[in-house]
Amino acid sequence: MNKREVGSGNPVIAELNDVWVGYNGKWVLKSIFLNCRAGEILGIVGPNGAGKSTLLKVIIGLIKPDRGNVSLFGKKPGKEARLDVGYLPQISHAERSFPVTALDVVMMGIYSRIGLFGRPGRKEREVALNMLSMVNMAEHAGRPFGVLSGGQQQRINIARALCSNPRLLMLDEPSTGVDSVAQEDFYVLLAKLRDEQGLSVIMVSHDIGVITSHADQVACLNVEVHYHGEPDLCISDEIMEKVFGKDLKIMVHDSKCATCHMRHEDV
Amino acid sequence: MIEILNFEFMRNAFLAGIMLSIVLAVVSFFVVLKRYSFIGVGVSHSAFGGVALGSLLGISPTLTALGFAVIVSNAIGYVGRRERLSTDTAIGIFFALAMALGVIFIGLSDKYNTDLFGYLFGNILAITRTDIVVVGVLGTIVLFACYFFFKELLFVAFDSEVAFVSGMPVVFLDHFFLTILAIAVVISIKIVGIVLVSALLVIPGAAASQVTDRYVSMIAVSIGVALISTIGGLVISYYADLASGATIVTFASLIFFIMVGVGRLRKR
Repeated sequence: MNKREVGSGNPVIAELNDVWVGYNGKWVLKSIFLNCRAGEILGIVGPNGAGKSTLLKVIIGLIKPDRGNVSLFGKKPGKEARLDVGYLPQISHAERSFPVTALDVVMMGIYSRIGLFGRPGRKEREVALNMLSMVNMAEHAGRPFGVLSGGQQQRINIARALCSNPRLLMLDEPSTGVDSVAQEDFYVLLAKLRDEQGLSVIMVSHDIGVITSHADQVACLNVEVHYHGEPDLCISDEIMEKVFGKDLKIMVHDSKCATCHMRHEDV
Repeated sequence: MIEILNFEFMRNAFLAGIMLSIVLAVVSFFVVLKRYSFIGVGVSHSAFGGVALGSLLGISPTLTALGFAVIVSNAIGYVGRRERLSTDTAIGIFFALAMALGVIFIGLSDKYNTDLFGYLFGNILAITRTDIVVVGVLGTIVLFACYFFFKELLFVAFDSEVAFVSGMPVVFLDHFFLTILAIAVVISIKIVGIVLVSALLVIPGAAASQVTDRYVSMIAVSIGVALISTIGGLVISYYADLASGATIVTFASLIFFIMVGVGRLRKR
C-alpha cells in the first residue's frame, strides 16, 4: 500500500484533551491527549487491557470521561456528530440466529439517514449492494447473516459501517477472524477511500504489524499514550517496552522494520 | 364448530382471541429477538397489583392494570440500564413488589372478589363487548407502533451499541417497546390470565424462529402459530370443558415442540 503524506494542515476531526477514565477505582485511561486529522488513518496499538476499546468508545460518546474534553467534528460527541461516524465494534452483540440476511445487515447502516417512519427503498438497496461488492460479499447478499463465517460477518459489518457514507470510520480490531488475504484487501480499500473520498479512520489493534503497515499516524497506548506520531518511529525498544512490557520480541514483516531481515537471518 | 358460535360469549372469545393472537405474535417476535421473555413474565404479574387496586377503588381493573404494567415495565428498563443491578434482578424485585401490593389491596377490600381469579387464570365468560373494543383499539395502536418503528426496533434488537452510534434513539426505543409490551399484556389477561399470558409473548416467536431465517417469514409464522393456538385452544377448552387460558398455552407449547422437531429436520 502506498503511504500518503498526510498534511499537518488538515483540520482536526477528533480530539481528546487530558482525558481520564476510571473503572472500579482504577484508571483505565490516564491523561490522554490525542487527535486525528481529516483524511488520516490513525492506528492505536497496545496490549489487551490497554484501554483501546474504551478510548474508541470515549471518542464516539458511548463512555463519558471522568475528566477532560472530547470533541468530534468540533462538537461534543453527541447524536449529530455520530451520524458521520461508521463504527465496527470488537464484539458483535448480534445473535447468530437473528433472522436477517447479509443485505439486511448492511442496510441497517442507512436506517438513521432514512429517518423515522421511512422505509428503505430501491436506492438504499443499491447503495447496500455496492458496499457488499466493495467488500467482495455481493454473492452472499441474500444469505442469512448467521450462516456466514466469522470473517464474512466481519466484512458485512464493515460494509454496514461504510454504508452511511461516513466521514470517520472507527474500527475496533477489524482483523478479527479475517484471513490475511482478505485483511490485505480490506486495508487497500481503506487507503482507497481515504485517498478518493478523504475518509478518516481510527482503528484499534493489538497487532503492531497491521498498524505500522497501514496507518499514517500511530498512537501507542497502555493506559497512557506513550507515543503519537509517524509509524516509523513507533518501533523503538523504549516505547515498545513501555507499552507491551519487557518480554516482547518484535517480528514485524514490513518495509519499515530495518532489522527485520537481520532477525530472519538470526533465526 | 357452528354450535360453538351460537353462544355470544364464545363469539366474543374468538373475536378477542383472533385480534390478540396477531398482536401478541408481533410483540413476541421482538420479545424473542431482544431476549425479553422474563421481562414479559415480570410485567404480566405486575398487572395483578393493578387489577387488585382497580377492584378496591371500584374503577376499571383494566385501566389500573395498564398503569401498573406500564410503570413496572419502564422501571425494569430504567433500573436495568442505569443502576448497578442486572435487568434480571430488577424484574425479580418489581414483579414481587407489584404482586405484594396486589395481595395488600385484596386484604383492604372488604368484599371477596371472584373476578380476581378470572384475571389470574383467564375467564372467557367475562369478556364483554367493551373488552372487545378495548382489545381492538389498543391492539391496533400496538400493531401500528410496531409497523412504524419496525426498522428501528429491528436494528436495536440486532445490535443496540451499533444502532446507538449510528444515531438511533436507543433509550427511547427501549422504553417505547416496553410500553407496547405492557399494553399487549394487559389486553390479553382476561382471555389467557396474568399467570399464563407471558407464554404467548414467547411461544409464537420462539416457535417461528425454529423454522425461519428471515424476519418477514418469522413474523408470518409467529402469527400463524398464535392464531392456531388460540382458536384450537378455545375449541378444545369448550368441548373438553377445560380452562381456556391453560388450554391455549398447552396447545401453543405442543406446536412449539413440533416446530423444534421440524427445525432440526430442516437443518439436516
